[in-house]
Amino acid sequence: MKILIIEDEKDLRETLEASLLKEQYVVETAVDFDSADEKISVYDYDCILLDIMLPGGSGLEILAKLKELGKSENVIIISAKNSIDDKVSGLALGADDYLTKPFHIAELNARIKSVFRRKNLDGKNTIDIGNLSLNVIDRSLLIAGEAVHLNRKEYDILNYFLLNKNRLITKTALAERVWGDQIDQTDNFDFIYYQIKNLRKKLHESEADVDIESVYGVGYKLIEK
Amino acid sequence: MKLLNRSLFYLALAFFFIIGIWSVLFYFNLKDEIRDSIDDGLDNNRLLIIQKVKTDSSLLEQHEFGGNNFEIRPISKDNALQYIDNYKDTMMYRLNENDLEPVRILQTAFKHSDNYYQLRIISSLVEEDDLIEDSFWSVLWLFVILVSSIVLVNNLILRRLWNPFYELLNRLKVYRLDKDEKPIYIDTKVKEFRELQDASNILIRHAREAYNSQKQFTENASHELQTPLAVIGNKLELLLESDHLKDMDAKVIAEVIDIANRLTRINKALLLLAKIENKQFPEQELLSLNTLTKELSGHFEDYMEYKVIELSFEELAELKVTMNTSLAEVLLVNLLKNAIFHNIHGGRISLQLTKDTLRICNTGSEKALHPEKIFSRFQKFSDKSQSTGLGLAVSKAICDFYGIKLSYDYSGNAHCFKVNFRKII
Repeated sequence: MKILIIEDEKDLRETLEASLLKEQYVVETAVDFDSADEKISVYDYDCILLDIMLPGGSGLEILAKLKELGKSENVIIISAKNSIDDKVSGLALGADDYLTKPFHIAELNARIKSVFRRKNLDGKNTIDIGNLSLNVIDRSLLIAGEAVHLNRKEYDILNYFLLNKNRLITKTALAERVWGDQIDQTDNFDFIYYQIKNLRKKLHESEADVDIESVYGVGYKLIEK
Repeated sequence: MKLLNRSLFYLALAFFFIIGIWSVLFYFNLKDEIRDSIDDGLDNNRLLIIQKVKTDSSLLEQHEFGGNNFEIRPISKDNALQYIDNYKDTMMYRLNENDLEPVRILQTAFKHSDNYYQLRIISSLVEEDDLIEDSFWSVLWLFVILVSSIVLVNNLILRRLWNPFYELLNRLKVYRLDKDEKPIYIDTKVKEFRELQDASNILIRHAREAYNSQKQFTENASHELQTPLAVIGNKLELLLESDHLKDMDAKVIAEVIDIANRLTRINKALLLLAKIENKQFPEQELLSLNTLTKELSGHFEDYMEYKVIELSFEELAELKVTMNTSLAEVLLVNLLKNAIFHNIHGGRISLQLTKDTLRICNTGSEKALHPEKIFSRFQKFSDKSQSTGLGLAVSKAICDFYGIKLSYDYSGNAHCFKVNFRKII
């Protein structure tokens, strides 16, 4: 998978690059409008992370250009502007998703994978890791061919973990994803622990090939055994 | 008291004293004048009678007034010589009024063919109480007519004169810096009002500049902070994934991540405040707050369960409002969050919806909070480090944006927030 990061902020660009490299993607970067324009004209990418405010032009113009070139790249807009207008015009111009800065890395990973799955999985509606198979359409889980019942939250949590295999998911990122942005002020995230505990128990009882590990008390990580 | 009425009040007061003093003086003057002229008449009568007596001595037999206005009685010489003409007021019975009436009487003495006589002549006097009563009423009427004509003049002319002033005042009252209004213009040629208008416009301009730059600053600052905050958070998350970390270091990083998250939240809230103040939420739709409240409180179910908080939800009616969906969500979530996070373990929350109000009460600290300060930015009433101190400020900003009322009260050991949606139902 080849990903292009169009982002003028050096630190963020490098951080995103480092994170995406961990996911075994091929990553290229563009720092301004002109270099981005050049790259999309010459090469093809599976996914483009696009900042709206770029030196030399707007990210929305890049989108228009892609459309003009007849390219069907998956574009995720990453913008500091949480503006409905930008979101609407971005999505209208063919962007696949819109992420407002600042975001958690786990969230970006999940979004990229969701976009890939929506576009490229050729009718395959499951995420398969080890003996796990999570169906994202009917929200069901099979472990070693056996159906395992998950409640809504457990499904959301497991889905998020599977999209972020071997990566740290902070409690905040998890809470925001599963319980909604609103939960973010919570003075402690211990309530998350109960859901994780139940999920772990189910995974363990069904002898799944994956486990959820706690990471320094700040978050969790799904690992393949 | 209005300026108009105040000037009227002083004028009326002045008139009251001037007319009062004037009428007393006038009354005594008039009385003197009347007596003078009556006395002159009596004196004239005396001369006429004495003259007439010389030709017609039958007049000397007039010992009683009877139908005439004089009586003549013989007196001794000694008495007569001691006599000095004197005028005095006295009372005399009047047949037609069947009452004693005031009369002026002149007592004198004269000599006629070596005999001495006493002569008394009377003339009826104005009845003093009638005079006083009549003058009192005329003075009162004068006062009333004067005052009412001033009121009339005031209302017709002064009001018209002051019109530009009131217009200016009304414009200033409703002037909103956050709406991009034009400077105030009032059509007037009066120099003072023009100056007032110019001064007001200068003040408005300065205030708007200050307001805009402050707004701009908040907006720009929080906007510019987004990317660095993203970088900090993401770098730390990546760092925490490193395999070479010691536990202690990882703990510190985890703590810093928490702090960065808090900064992000504060920043988001500030940005939201700036956007609300900039009116960047124009879309509106008809929403059922009953549905929305149920849905949003669902997000906090797990957390409430963890904190053993009991939520009671009382719907007395369907509350439908016309507002921006995101703002309605933010408002409800902030109130809910406030009730949940500042609650105690094993506490209660009661939500009540009527046809035009939402009331949310929660158990918490056992003393009332300041009902106004509580809505200010960065007012923290708890030691919860995760709290941004902006939640209620955001709620207030949303309510202000729609012109609806958000109020706080503490009753029955519960902190209650009430929103009255009447204006946007």
